[in-house]
Amino acid sequence: MLKWMRLLLMVAVLMLGLGSALAQDSGNTLIMARAADTTGLDPHTQTAFASLRLLELVYEPLVTLDANLNIVPALAESWTFADDAMTLTMNLRQGVKFHDGSDFTAADVVASFNRILNEETGAAARANYLSIASMDTPDDYTVVFNLSVADVPLLAAMASVNASIVPSEVIESGDFAASAIGTGPFILDEWIPEEVTRLSANAEWWGEGPFVDGIEMRVIPDEASILAALRAGEIDFALLNDPLVATLLNGDSSITLNAVPALAYHVFQLNPSRAPMDNLAVRQAMSCAIDRQEVLDTASLGEGTVTGPLTIPAYQVDTSGFFCYQKDLDRARELMAGVEPFTIKAIVANAEPPTALSEAQSIQAQLAEIGITLEIEPLELSVYVDRWLAGDFDSAIALNGGRPDPYTMYARYWTSAGNLQVVTNYIDETLDSLMAAGRAEPSFENRLEIFTQFQQHLTEVSPWIWLYNGFEYTAHQPYVVGFEPNPTDSLYSFAKVTLER
Amino acid sequence: MRRYLIQRVLAFLPILIGVSLLVFMAIRLIPGDVITATLGTEAGMLTDTQRESLRRYYGLDRPVSEQYVNWITRAVVGDLGISTRHGKPVTELIAERFPVTLQLALMAVTLGLLVGVPLGIIAAVRYNSILDLLVRLLALAGLVMPGFLVGTLIIFVLSTVFGFLPNAGNFARFNENPGLNLQQMIFPAITLGFAFSASIMRMTRSSMLEVLGEDYVRTARSKGLRERQVVTRHALRNALIPVVTLVGVEMGYLLGGTFIIETLFSLPGLGRLLINAISQRDYALVQGATLFIAFTFVLINLVIDLLYAAVDPRISYERNRA
Repeated sequence: MLKWMRLLLMVAVLMLGLGSALAQDSGNTLIMARAADTTGLDPHTQTAFASLRLLELVYEPLVTLDANLNIVPALAESWTFADDAMTLTMNLRQGVKFHDGSDFTAADVVASFNRILNEETGAAARANYLSIASMDTPDDYTVVFNLSVADVPLLAAMASVNASIVPSEVIESGDFAASAIGTGPFILDEWIPEEVTRLSANAEWWGEGPFVDGIEMRVIPDEASILAALRAGEIDFALLNDPLVATLLNGDSSITLNAVPALAYHVFQLNPSRAPMDNLAVRQAMSCAIDRQEVLDTASLGEGTVTGPLTIPAYQVDTSGFFCYQKDLDRARELMAGVEPFTIKAIVANAEPPTALSEAQSIQAQLAEIGITLEIEPLELSVYVDRWLAGDFDSAIALNGGRPDPYTMYARYWTSAGNLQVVTNYIDETLDSLMAAGRAEPSFENRLEIFTQFQQHLTEVSPWIWLYNGFEYTAHQPYVVGFEPNPTDSLYSFAKVTLER
Repeated sequence: MRRYLIQRVLAFLPILIGVSLLVFMAIRLIPGDVITATLGTEAGMLTDTQRESLRRYYGLDRPVSEQYVNWITRAVVGDLGISTRHGKPVTELIAERFPVTLQLALMAVTLGLLVGVPLGIIAAVRYNSILDLLVRLLALAGLVMPGFLVGTLIIFVLSTVFGFLPNAGNFARFNENPGLNLQQMIFPAITLGFAFSASIMRMTRSSMLEVLGEDYVRTARSKGLRERQVVTRHALRNALIPVVTLVGVEMGYLLGGTFIIETLFSLPGLGRLLINAISQRDYALVQGATLFIAFTFVLINLVIDLLYAAVDPRISYERNRA
C-alpha cells in the first residue's frame, strides 16, 4: 500500500513539473490579460471597448490619436481641410499591404466608408460620418471627401476603429465574422472566445515595429486574479477597470501602474420629461446639493477628477466657473422652496461600472439632505441598457464614453436631431446653436470659446449632473518598455513595445 | 429491464420539450436582445433601417412561434444552431466546454467521496467520541463556507504564501498538457469537493448509524465476524444507497457548470459559457446549453436509479421479479 502511494506521488510530482516546464515558452511574446473578451471581429459594427482593444491592433483607420489626443497620421500621411470645411482631402500612405497581401489603395477607403454609410451594415458609428455626400479618387492614393455641411469634427471622428479601412474584396465577400484582414501591426491568428486570442507581428507593417513576436491576450474574468497573475509574473501586461483593484498596485514598485484620465465620464442623468425634474429649480437644487468630490472619494477612492461635460484635456476649463460646482445646501434649499419632498428612482447597472452602486448611494445620502428620496434600482446590464435607451427612468447613474471632439461627443445628446434625444429629453435653442457653430468652426481658439459656453449653459440648465472622470488603468511588468497609455485606452502603441527582460 | 429503460427514456421527451419551451420563452421575455447586448448604449445610434437589418441578420424578425419550430426541429437532429457571439455551432461550443466541466465534476465528486465516506464511517463507528465531534465540526465548516469563499482563500494563500497561481488564463485541456491541466484543476476540484465531502460525511454517518442498529448487523456480529468485516461488508453496502443518491444530485448539479468557481479559477467550463450567453442574449447558445444540461441531468438520474440495483440487490427493475 505504502509503496503504491509513493509511486503515485512520484508520478504526480513528475507531471506537475512537466506541466510547469511546458508552460514557460513565452519568449518574445507579450502576454496580457483582461477581464472582458472581444464580442466580434467586424470593426465597423463593434462598439464594445473589449472588442476595440483587439481590433485596433489588427485594423487601422486613416488617422489616429496620440497620447495627447492629437490627430496623427495612420493610413493617411497627410490631409487638408478646405477653408469652408466642405471638403477633406486625404493623401494615402503608399506601399501599405493588407494582411492577405493585397495592396491598400483609395478604392479600399471608398469601399469602407460606403459600407459604414450603408444602413444594411448596421454600423452605429454611421451617424458620425453622415456629412460625407460623395467621395472622389483622383488617383490611387488620394481620396476627396465632399461634405454636405461644414464638418470640422469629421476628422477626429475618423480617428476610430469604427472607421477602419478594410479590403474592398472582403467587403464584397461580406465575411467579417471568420477572419480579420487589416493593415495593422498585428495579425490575428486565433480567437478562442472567453479564453485566449493570439496575434503575431506583421513583418510588413508600414511603421517602425512591432518589436515583439506576437501578443497573447488572455481572458481572466476576475480582476483580482489578474492582479495575482501580474504579481506572480505569469503575465506581462494587464487591463484593469476597477479602481478598487488597480489602486492595490499603488506603492508596489515591482509593477508599473499607468493611470490616464479617461474621456469617459461618470454622470447622474435626470429625466427632465418627468415631474418634478421638469422643473429647472429642482434640477438645479439637486446639482447644488451634490458634492461631486464626495461622490468621487467614496465611490472611487478619489481616483479621478471632478469634471464638467467635456473631459477632452484641450477643452477642459476650470470647473469653479460652472453652476453650483461647490456644494451649496442653502442655495439648494432656496431652490427647493415650495417644492414638496419627493421620491424618485435611479437605475443603476450591476457592476457597470464597478463603482456605480457606490456612486448611487453617495448621491442618495446627499439628496436626502434636501428632502429628496432616491430609490436605487440595480439592474442587469442589458436590462439597464434597454431601459436607458427607451428613456424609461427618473434618473440614471451612467458611465458614458467620451470622444476626442466635443461635437462628436455630444451631438447625439444635445442637438435637436441627436439620436439620443429620447434618452436626454432636453434641448434648447442655445445648445443647438452652440453645437452647430462648433461644428462649422475651424479655429481651435474659437471652438474653445464656443464649447466653454456650451459647458456653462449645460451645467446651468442641469438636465444631467456631471460628476467626475476616472482613470484608464493599465499595469505591466517593468521590463515592458515603450507602451504609451492613451486616454482612449487604446493599445495601438503595442507596436512600439519591447520586452527587456 | 429493457421495458423499464424504454419507459424512462420516453419520459425524457416531455421534460426536455418543457425545458426547451420554458427557456425559449424566458430568454425572449427578459428585456434586451443581442443587438443591445453587443452594442450597449451605442444601439441608440442605429436608425430604424439599421436596426431592422440587424434583426433580420440575427433572425429576430420572424414570429416567435416560427423561431421555436425552426429551432426545435433542428435540435431533434442534433443541430442546436449557431451562437451569435462565438459565430460557431452551439454543439461545437458545448463539445469544447463540456469535457472541462465533466472533468471538474468527476474530480470534485471523487475527492468528496474519498474524504467523505471514510470520515463518515469513522464518525459512525466511533459514535459520540472526540473523533466523531471533530468530523461533525469539519462537516459543518464545509457546509457553511460557500465555494467562492473557499476558492478565494485557496487562491489567496497559494499566491501570497507560495507565489503560485493555479491558472493565469492559460488553461490547458487534459489531452493538451495533462500535468498543467491537473495543476489548474486540482484546486477548483478541492474547492467544490470540500463542500461535497461535508454532505457525504453527514449522510454516510447518519445512514451508517441507522444500519448499524439493524438486525442483520447484529446477526453478523453474533456469527463472530470481525468488526471490520461487519462494517465494510454488511453495513456499508446498505448504508451507501442515500450516498449514491447524493452523488447523483451533485453530479447533475456540477455538470450544469459552476459559474462562480469557473470564474474564480478562469476555467472555460459550461457555467461561464451559459451565464455569459445569457448576459449577451445569445439565444441559440442559451437554449442549446440549457437543453444539454437538462439532458445530462435526466440521464444522470437514470444512471443513479440503475446504480441502486447494483448496490442493493433487493432493488430490481426486472418485470417478473419485483
